[in-house]
Amino acid sequence: MTTEWGVTPRTSPVRLRPGGASLRRRALRRRSLVRRLDVLLLGAVAALVVLGALLVWSATRPRLLDAGLDPQQFLQKHLVNALLGLGLAAGAALVDYRALRAYAPVVYVLSCLGLVAVLSPLGSTINGAHSWIVLPAGFQVQPSEFAKVAVVVGMAVILAERHDGEDVPRHSDVLLVLGLASVPMLLILLQPDLGTMLVLTAIILGVLAVAAAPARWIAGLLLAGVAVAVGAVQLGVLEDYQLDRFTAFADPDADLRGAGYNVDQALTAIGSGGLLGKGLFQGTQTNGAFIPEQQTDFVFTVAGEELGLVGAGAIVLLLGVVLWRGLRIASEASDLFGRLVAAGVVSWFGFQAFVNIGMTLGIMPVTGLPLPFVSYGGSAMFANLVAVGLLQNVHAGATGVRD
Amino acid sequence: MDRSGSRLFVLRVLVVAVLATLLGRLWFLQVHDGEAYAVAADSNRTRPVVTTAPRGEVLDASGRPLISNRTAMVVAVNRSLLRREPDGGDAVLARLSAVVGLPPDELRRRTTPCGERLPDGRVAGSADGCWAGSPYQPVPVAQYDTRDAAATRSVLAIEENREDFPGVTADLQAVRDYPRGTLAAHVLGYLQPISEEEVARPEYAGVQGSALIGRAGVEQVYEPQLRGVDGVEQLLVDKDGTVTGTASTTPPTPGSTLVLSIDAEVQAVAERELQAAVEAARQRPYYRGGGNVVADSGSVVVMEAKTGRVVALASYPSYDPTLFTGGISTEEYRALLDEANGQPLLFRATQGAYAPASTFKVISSAAAVMAGQVGFDDVTPCPGVFGPTRQSNFGDADLGALTLRTALVRSCDTNFYKLAYDAWLADGGLRPVAEPKDPMISMALAFGLDARTGVDLPSEGTGLVPTRQWRQEYWESLKDDFCAGAANPAFDAERRARNQDSCVDGFRFRGGQATNFAIGQGETLVTPLQLASVYATIANGGTIMTPRVGRALLPPGGGPAVEVAPQPKGTVPVSPEVLAALRDALHGAANEPGGTSYATFLGSGLDVAGKTGTGEVNGKQDTSWFASFAPYDDPELVVVGVVSQGGTGASTAAPMVREVYEGIYGLDGKPAALPGGRLPAALPVVRPDGTVALPP
Repeated sequence: MTTEWGVTPRTSPVRLRPGGASLRRRALRRRSLVRRLDVLLLGAVAALVVLGALLVWSATRPRLLDAGLDPQQFLQKHLVNALLGLGLAAGAALVDYRALRAYAPVVYVLSCLGLVAVLSPLGSTINGAHSWIVLPAGFQVQPSEFAKVAVVVGMAVILAERHDGEDVPRHSDVLLVLGLASVPMLLILLQPDLGTMLVLTAIILGVLAVAAAPARWIAGLLLAGVAVAVGAVQLGVLEDYQLDRFTAFADPDADLRGAGYNVDQALTAIGSGGLLGKGLFQGTQTNGAFIPEQQTDFVFTVAGEELGLVGAGAIVLLLGVVLWRGLRIASEASDLFGRLVAAGVVSWFGFQAFVNIGMTLGIMPVTGLPLPFVSYGGSAMFANLVAVGLLQNVHAGATGVRD
Repeated sequence: MDRSGSRLFVLRVLVVAVLATLLGRLWFLQVHDGEAYAVAADSNRTRPVVTTAPRGEVLDASGRPLISNRTAMVVAVNRSLLRREPDGGDAVLARLSAVVGLPPDELRRRTTPCGERLPDGRVAGSADGCWAGSPYQPVPVAQYDTRDAAATRSVLAIEENREDFPGVTADLQAVRDYPRGTLAAHVLGYLQPISEEEVARPEYAGVQGSALIGRAGVEQVYEPQLRGVDGVEQLLVDKDGTVTGTASTTPPTPGSTLVLSIDAEVQAVAERELQAAVEAARQRPYYRGGGNVVADSGSVVVMEAKTGRVVALASYPSYDPTLFTGGISTEEYRALLDEANGQPLLFRATQGAYAPASTFKVISSAAAVMAGQVGFDDVTPCPGVFGPTRQSNFGDADLGALTLRTALVRSCDTNFYKLAYDAWLADGGLRPVAEPKDPMISMALAFGLDARTGVDLPSEGTGLVPTRQWRQEYWESLKDDFCAGAANPAFDAERRARNQDSCVDGFRFRGGQATNFAIGQGETLVTPLQLASVYATIANGGTIMTPRVGRALLPPGGGPAVEVAPQPKGTVPVSPEVLAALRDALHGAANEPGGTSYATFLGSGLDVAGKTGTGEVNGKQDTSWFASFAPYDDPELVVVGVVSQGGTGASTAAPMVREVYEGIYGLDGKPAALPGGRLPAALPVVRPDGTVALPP
């Protein structure tokens, strides 16, 4: 199950470096993690995490000072989260490629249990979403973030199990993965967490598409999604605040004090940043705490206001690098499983980044999704970095095959 | 390429499209629209807090305060908040009604912006007392003196029960205080909220939408100087409006103190004597029968003859300027304009127009003498009736042959008819020459009649001099009515004939009109201030001085005073000898047996020169005039008095003016309001602490 997927030989930028003894190169190739690492991906993610830390710091500093608290409190927690996340990423990257599939059911079951726990008395509501489990010592876990990883890996496992000579997944396999994905989706719908639902949908569509599922399925799923959305509005499944957000998106000036307020203030913050921004910690919108949830869902507004087009554009481009490397890893994966995992992660990051930044720019409705790597939030940071670790693992697997 | 690879390619295209979309949108917001958002962000984080500049005080010539400032509790209704109530605020207004003692529908009318619909569907107009200010500004509906503890307590009930009064505020504000009560109310004027349209005008740049501006009197004319510049503190705020700091602070600059040439004591004398004369006149039977004298209104003007500075301007009836503080009610405002009450808001001294009658003969005389028709000592007959126009003397009296001087002293009419008629004939009579001289009309215009005096008071009237051009225009505007009236079967034959005449040649300047003009009758109208200016010109030797109420502006903090200098407007084409002869004749009229006011000034102890006037008004009692100056040998003051429907000049106006003189100079046992009749030469000084030092 290797070359039939058209894996093309790949040249890493590290290898392009001239010189170096072939013996040493061979040794490095076999042993060193560095040699098997996608350095550009790691660099871009690291840059995003560092920028994110600065932005979270800037967003929370005035609010903490106002409350008479340590202004570095959020920054410290954010950095701890990032370090823990890096550890998890390293784990995900170093797990034996072949063993990954074996862990998939475990991750899936744990995620689903977590989501059930959220709905039990253990769960708690933050900002209108019943998505959290509050642990002792002030820790909070958001199982829906890990569900994204579980769905990516789970789908890849099933769809990669191809029967001989088949180019496309069987209908039964497609139904199976849909059934598999529908359990966490249903549980998340009950929270309700519309944003994560949409991300999972994007993952399912992305993985199915790259798994070469018939276009009928993709189109059918899109149609079903629209039908579910319409039905949800009609049956009143959505909370009022969620409907208000969509109304505010359709007509931003309708209710500037209410649902339209966030977007209006976000646009003012970003627009007033201009080309070069007002300087870190110098944003008047940020310092005045005009934008709610600024360190999480609206963290991009800090970049727009304080770092200007240069800084905000850099974040978009760094996310572009992550996606580019992810797509590259997908196309060079040694097997279908690796390719599907990479495609799932790219669909996830791409969709989530677009919806998050798009909402701060007023071109997408407000859906309460964090910006990958940048927003404050432990569970999301862990899940995102684990996903990056998986990409590195797939990448390393591809390099390994060549040996 | 297999299917999976092509699907990956689609994903790649999607990613590129998404990134391009985000970057494009980012560029659009930050570079294309960046400026606008920067402005929005700035206004987002600052809230201006305006400190209203203390409005300048108004002092009389000696530094006595006529308008000062005090703190009051002002109850205001914010209509935009009121409208958010489920019932449109009806319940709130009902509760407020109980506190401020105004009916709820009155509160509704006063808080409705002019031009918007009232609950009954009508469009709110000024008769409803509608709100002329910005719809977003709170409308003041009542104000209470903070010294009145009981009133303040009841108003504080609003602040203490905020939830019962959404949109209603009770705040401390600086309001105008009138230490002398109603004294000089017309001269001082009043404040009203600035209108939305005015806020947009350049002369009101920097004025708050809630500001009060001068609407009448010196408050209006000296508005820019009195207003000062409001202070603005730009507070930095966060999203909850919590103040986080101050971006900038501009302290308020108080308005200048306005010193008037009005003397409070002389003004008090003038007002007191005007009212006394009116009340006394009403006790007397009208000399032509038909009940008592009506004496509906009147005015007294006291002016410096040489400078044109106005020392007193009284107008009866008057009003209480405090009605306007804290917002005037609909009924109160209507009452001030009601003819049945004598229209107290009308300032008779500058806005009242009356036929000058015999007081005008100084101009007729000057015109005839300067035209070479006659000398002051030429003897001409004063028959009971002037033949050519069949117009008679006052009381049809035949005074025999007399000089022009005596004609002035005794106020013969037929003498002046002849002079006017001769001049009219010389101009061609009914077939006028190309450029008629019209000596009396020209002289009237040369003395500044038919034009505003230019006094520093708003809405001054012009009076009327019926020139040939005016007749032509007047006839053109009414010709169709005359012609229709000539054929109107409802009119009797005589009325139809009169209309027929007017229809055919109503534009013509007729001999009877020329003669009527000579004695200040017919269409001729003057304001009391205009007549005072005429007599000041005669008294001072021929210079027309622009009347001035404002004397100086004292800048805040004690800088050099900005004087409102006396302003000569021109001279009249009358020789000094003729002016001296006029003064002599006027002196005779008040001091020689046979003079029209001889009896009035008998034993007055002051050398007054003056002329009575008895103006005939269609359908009304005569207008009583007296125009004068004193002392005769070196005229200081001009005093003009008029009482509408007051009877003859000698019976009402002349005794009133004598009382005014006595009050000013302290004669006949009265205290002197202005010893020597001279305003203090020095200006009052505002000390740095804001108190006023009186001139020595």
